[in-house]
Parts: sequence; C-alpha cells; structure tokens
Amino acid sequence: MAGIALRNVSKAFGMQHVIPCIDLDIGDGELVVFVGPSGCGKSTLLRLIAGLEDATSGQVLIDGRDVTQLAPAQRGLSMVFQSYALYPHMSVRDNIAFPLRMMGMERATVERKVADAARVLNLQDYLDRKPRELSGGQRQRVAIGRAIVREPVAFLFDEPLSNLDAALRVSMRMEIARLHQQFGTTMIYVTHDQTEAMTLADRIVVLNHGRVEQVGTPLQLYRHPASRFVAGFIGSPRMNLIEGPEAARHGAATVGIRPENLVLSDHSGRWQGRVSLAEHLGSDTYVHVDVEGVGALTARAAGDFDVRHGGRVWLTPDEASLHRFDGEGRCVTASEVDHVR
Amino acid sequence: MSSIHSRATARLALSPAVILLLAWMAIPLAMTLWYSFHDYQLLIPRGNEFVGWENYAYFLTDPAFLHALVNTLALVGGVLLITVAAGIGLALLLDQPIYGRGIVRVLVVSPFFVMPTVSALVWKNMFMNPVNGLLAWLAQLLGMPAIDWLAQAPLLSLVIIVAWGWLPFATLILLTALQSLDAEQKEAAQMDGAGALARFRHITLPHLARPTAVVILIQTIFLLSIFAEILVTTNGGPGTQSTNLAFLVYSQALLRFDVGSASAGGAVAVVLANILALLLMRLVGRNLDA
Ligand SMILES: Nc1ncnc2c1ncn2[C@@H]1O[C@H](COP(=O)(O)OP(=O)(O)OP(=O)(O)O)[C@@H](O)[C@H]1O
Ligand SMILES: [Mg+2]
Repeated sequence: MAGIALRNVSKAFGMQHVIPCIDLDIGDGELVVFVGPSGCGKSTLLRLIAGLEDATSGQVLIDGRDVTQLAPAQRGLSMVFQSYALYPHMSVRDNIAFPLRMMGMERATVERKVADAARVLNLQDYLDRKPRELSGGQRQRVAIGRAIVREPVAFLFDEPLSNLDAALRVSMRMEIARLHQQFGTTMIYVTHDQTEAMTLADRIVVLNHGRVEQVGTPLQLYRHPASRFVAGFIGSPRMNLIEGPEAARHGAATVGIRPENLVLSDHSGRWQGRVSLAEHLGSDTYVHVDVEGVGALTARAAGDFDVRHGGRVWLTPDEASLHRFDGEGRCVTASEVDHVR
Repeated sequence: MSSIHSRATARLALSPAVILLLAWMAIPLAMTLWYSFHDYQLLIPRGNEFVGWENYAYFLTDPAFLHALVNTLALVGGVLLITVAAGIGLALLLDQPIYGRGIVRVLVVSPFFVMPTVSALVWKNMFMNPVNGLLAWLAQLLGMPAIDWLAQAPLLSLVIIVAWGWLPFATLILLTALQSLDAEQKEAAQMDGAGALARFRHITLPHLARPTAVVILIQTIFLLSIFAEILVTTNGGPGTQSTNLAFLVYSQALLRFDVGSASAGGAVAVVLANILALLLMRLVGRNLDA
C-alpha cells in the first residue's frame, strides 16, 4: 500500500501538450476517481503513473520514492485495461498466474494464490476456460484477478466497466467497491461516467483539457463546484446554467441551479414557462421547462406531480443554492454563498 | 435463407466453376494414370500396350527415386525453416517505427515479384559463380578459398535461392499478423513484469502460431513442385544430388522420353504430396481451428 504523488508532471505528444502541468497527492488506501470528458487526458495521466508513458517533465512519486525513471513492472502497480487485455491463448488459470510466473514464484505458491484470487472473484468454475469462452463480466473479473494476485501497492483502472451493459456495470461497480474495502489498497479509477465517479470515489479529480479543475469528495464537488465546468459535469441530470440578464441580476456571468433546488408550482412563482417534456421516473418527475428570457430549465418534482407537455408551470429557485460563476467560469465568492447559507 | 430452392440455385450458380475445375484437374490426372499403366516410350513406338504395375516398379526401384524423395523433403524443410525464422525476425524489425519504413518494406517485398527463373539465374551468375560471383569475391576478401556453390553444395544453394524468393511472402503475412496484435496486451504483459524476451515468447509467438501455420501450409504446396530454379541452375546435378521428384519426373519424360514411367512418377508424387499435406494438416492445421 502506498500513496501516490505527481509533482509538476507534464506530457506532450510531439507538439501537442496533452497535460500541461499537474500536481496531485493521492493518500494511502484512497480510492480516487479521475473524471472528465473524452480526450481530456485521463488515460494519459494514468499511463504516466503506470510507467507505460514517459513524462515529458516532472516526477511521479510512489510512497515518497521517485519512480519516474522506473519500468512499469518495477513500480509495483497493477492495471486493469478497458479492453481487459487478457492473453487469448492462455487459460484463465494461466492468465491469473502470469504475473506470478514472471516473478519466478514457485509452482505451489502460484497455485495457492491463483486459487485464492479465483475464490474472491467467483471464478473457480472457469479456471480452465479460454478468455473467448467467457462473458464480458467474467473477462473483467479475470482481468481484476490478474491484477490482485501480485499484491500491488496500488491498482489502476482505465474505464474498466465501459464495455459492460448497464446492469452488469452496477454490480461490477459494487464488486470493485467491495474489493477496495476488503484489501484497503490505493486505487485510481478512470471513468467518464459521473455516476460511477460519485458512487465509488473517496475523492474525485475532475480533469478538463489536461488540467485539474477541482479535487474533492463527491459531495464537496456536488455542493461547491469550483467552476462552471465542474458544475455542469457533476450531477445528473445536469445543473441548469443560466446566462444573460437573469445571471447579471445576481452579479455573475453565469448562475447555476440544480434541478432539485427549483420549486415547481402550477399557480405562482418567479419564472413562468411551458413544459417541453416531463420524464416520469416513478419516484421523481423531471420536468423540462422553456422559460422566456432564461432558457430551458430542468426541475425535479415529486413523482405524483401532474404535468403534461405544453402545460404552464411556475418555477422558483432556492436563492441559497444558487451557484455564481464569473466570465472565466470560476466560482465567485464561494464564501459568500456559504455565508448566505 | 438456406431453403431447398436457394440451395439448388446456389449449386446451379456454382456448377460452371466446379465443372471447369474438375475438368482442369481430373482430365490430366486420368490421362497420367492411364499412361502410367502403359508402355509409352517416345523413341520406341511399340503400340503402347498395357503393362500393369511395371512402370511403377521401374520408377520406385530406381535409386534416383529415393534420392529425389529425400532431396524434395530437404528442400521443403530447409526453405520452410529459413523463411519462417527469418520471416519472424524481419517482421519484428519492420514492425518497429524506423525512419523510411515504407521504402524498406517495399524493398523487402520486392523479391516476390522476381520470376523464379530470373532470380535463380541472378544467383547462379552474379552471386554463386566461383570466379565472378559476389560470394567468391567476399570469400577472397576474407582470405578464404572461393566455393563453387552449385557444384559443392547444390542442394543448400537451391535452398538459399528458393528461400530468398519466398521470404517476402512469409514476412508479409507475419508482419500483418504482428500489426494486429493488441497493444494493450503487450502493455499488460509489461505491467505483469514480462521482459522483452518473455513478452516475445509468451505473447508474440503464440499470436503468430496461426499465421505461421498458414505460411507453412501454403509454402509446402508450392515448394513440393520446385522446378524452374533447378532447371536453370544445377539441372538436377551433379549426378542426382539436387534432383527432386518434380525434376525426376521431368527427366524421365523429356530427357529419357519415357512417358509411361514419368506418368507413374507423377502419380507417385501426387500420392506423396497428399500424404505430406495430411500430415501437415494434422500437425499445424490444429492452430487454424483455434
Ligand atoms: N500516443 C499518442 N500520440 C498523440 N496523441 C495522443 C496519444 N495518446 C493520446 N493522445 C492525445 O491525448 C489526448 C488525451 O488522450 P487520452 O487518451 O488521455 O484521453 P481520455 O481522457 O482517456 O479520453 P477517453 O475518455 O476518450 O478515453 C487526446 O487528445 C489524444 O488525441
Ligand atoms: Mg481513455
């Protein structure tokens, strides 16, 4: 187990500066999730930590030790790839045993460790199969098995669940959370799915164009997004972002309000608008409303709130939950927001 | 879709090709078999009477036959060994991001476009000639006596010449296979602590098993009937040292004008080729199912 730190790490592919400069500290035993839109450099950052990519400048520290010049295998990390990257000609048993064999571990120990990993991941019945004879979820478990047998100081996951269907994704997500609790090993998890990030993470690192936008616990990010980008990225459905005169009234270039902080009413309120779509989820209803002069807003109402397309509704924002952003997209007077609350 | 009607239509549509193929193969084969049981000598027209297995007995007991059989296998085996081993090596090199890779690839592939007769003549006159050849010059440079390749090591010379022609084929197939190897697999192995050699042995080689099987099967089919290279270089000699089955059949038919026993030889060659093909299918064909 070990903490991981990045010091002034940058990465350029030729002329393209994918990661300008990153400083980051990841605590021992922490589960940190990197999120961000496609192409923002999440995988590149992970591969820099793994040693599969050389940093253009800066240092990678594991447990305080500078590993920037070390080969991937010497860093003591395990990685689970998006495509699983199982060895197709080897049985599940041999796949899981491969890192141990490469260490030159003796046969009996290898067998015991493989059996242990198989038990943890419910793979006992599949040990003699080839990867192509497994389902996607089983393959992912084999890949995780291959990662845990070598008892790494930290796990790296690169979008491990993105090839699975929705139901399987939820159960594998729980399985990974369980593994983290069981082993207590540091984990870095890359995803572009903010739900995955919110549910798994101890801390979330939001990346945008190779820069760290904000680091914090899921709730910190949800409650106090440091920028317009984070505000729009974290939370589902998205936060409503309002520009123009309505924002200027609050002394900001943009104001944000989450759907649950808009009060819906069928007779009175601040803004009046027409319903363009009502999504009835049962427990909640998400109502999309076109408000003149403000734009399209999404509001959450109770499941039994009765509206239909074209209906007239009134919306009132909870002033205390307004987020204000300046022209650069930075959150302004975060303390002021706290103060009002 | 495979209703009775569509299957009948498919057969009808296929039949011209099948009939043509059958005619192409079956008629020459039938004629060969027919001649092989008859006394048919071009220089002694005696009415071509039926002689039973006599031609076969004559061909099979000829000491040249056993020699030719061994030579055929040695040629096939030698060329396969060189092309597969060197092909893997070259493919690995060409897979690296080197400067001018496109041109190097074209150069490596080019021998494949040279006709066998031409390449054999070039080798014979420009490389292996004991007086003017490049190899003789090199040997001289190193202070060694020049080797008369085609006289002193005729079979080895042929193996080299033929391997040179087939190396691009093996390299090309293995290179495309290498390029289809998933990069994440190599990276996973790297993370798992496998060094370059271990990665080659545990990841790359198994990945190349199937294309290698394809290379071996296809090349064997063509290598069993090498003829042009022998004809323009050694003419099967000295003695029968570089005579393979195809060349032996040729010499029976067109040097000794004995069509009957040449046909018997042809039939024997067909049988042997099929036995070898079956064996190979058993040995390397397993990789194709995977
Ligand atoms: N080997 C490379 N050579 C050149 N550019 C690269 C290379 N690898 C990545 N990039 C560029 O770096 C940027 C970040 O890529 P990266 O793979 O880290 O994105 P990502 O955040 O993982 O995206 P996704 O969510 O789609 O996986 C992209 O713009 C990509 O084009
Ligand atoms: Mg990625």
